[in-house]
Amino acid sequence: MNLKDHLVQSLSQAVEAVFSTMLGACVVPGAITSENGAPDAHDGVLSFIGVAGNWAGTGSVSCSPVVACRICSQMLMTEATAVNEDVLDAVAELTNMIIGSVKNDLELELGPLGLSIPTVVFGKNFRTKSAGHAEWIVRRFDWDSDAFEVRMCLAPSEHKAGLQPHTLEPLNQMGA
Amino acid sequence: MESDVLVVDDSAAIRKILQRVLRQTGMAIGTIFEAGDGQEALLILNSQKIGLVLSDINMPKMDGIQLLAAIKGAPAWHGIPVVMVTTEGGEAKVGEAVRLGAAGYVRKPFTADQIKEKLAGFLPAAMPS
Repeated sequence: MNLKDHLVQSLSQAVEAVFSTMLGACVVPGAITSENGAPDAHDGVLSFIGVAGNWAGTGSVSCSPVVACRICSQMLMTEATAVNEDVLDAVAELTNMIIGSVKNDLELELGPLGLSIPTVVFGKNFRTKSAGHAEWIVRRFDWDSDAFEVRMCLAPSEHKAGLQPHTLEPLNQMGA
Repeated sequence: MESDVLVVDDSAAIRKILQRVLRQTGMAIGTIFEAGDGQEALLILNSQKIGLVLSDINMPKMDGIQLLAAIKGAPAWHGIPVVMVTTEGGEAKVGEAVRLGAAGYVRKPFTADQIKEKLAGFLPAAMPS
């Protein structure tokens, strides 16, 4: 299995495990796409977390305010009707658990990786830009009639790019 | 005899979930104190008699490994069991926590049963009413 397939599989397993364990919810993996440029403008909640080590990148969860409130309500078992501190914190922690699980899985192949503290943004019509050039793997998940997206990019760190002890190709050199 | 518990996590969501799970365990738990990082945890440890600490690893200011080292290095706190509840599953971090004296390790995401199982033996059972 190449790294891209491994990453997609790991992301899906992590999302399903986190939703079933922490929210008692069942999500259905949907379409997988790749993005190389800046994503379209966002509306809603975007939570992201950095991955660092011999390979580095970012993982994120993006969803509508409605889905963010639903995540918080099921996670904390208290009704959330508007995006507030609790909602942002719940989405940030969900991201931490998902990307953390992926990190733990990928470490078996890529060596030790570290995670940053999650950051969460809520707004309308905002754009994000990563300084890296790695391809983003994007997977949509359906949760009943709602949906959300999980994204991840990962590439060899610049100072380690020539020193990889394995033969996995970086994502941005592989076919979609 | 109830035991006070300290929950340390930078996520308020996880602190709330752990509070709820702890109350559901049927163990004799008194006050559940909360801290958002290791520094806050040390302040609480200085002022309260804590019987058990549940701590995340990745936190700002002072992480869970540093907190664990501080607890195990202080004669007054050395005997307090510290259970790590964290996303971090890397061999290096787990090994370091074990070497420093962590009493247990629970990976996030977790179920209430996993928490209960890991805490059995560290907290007394509640007296039947």
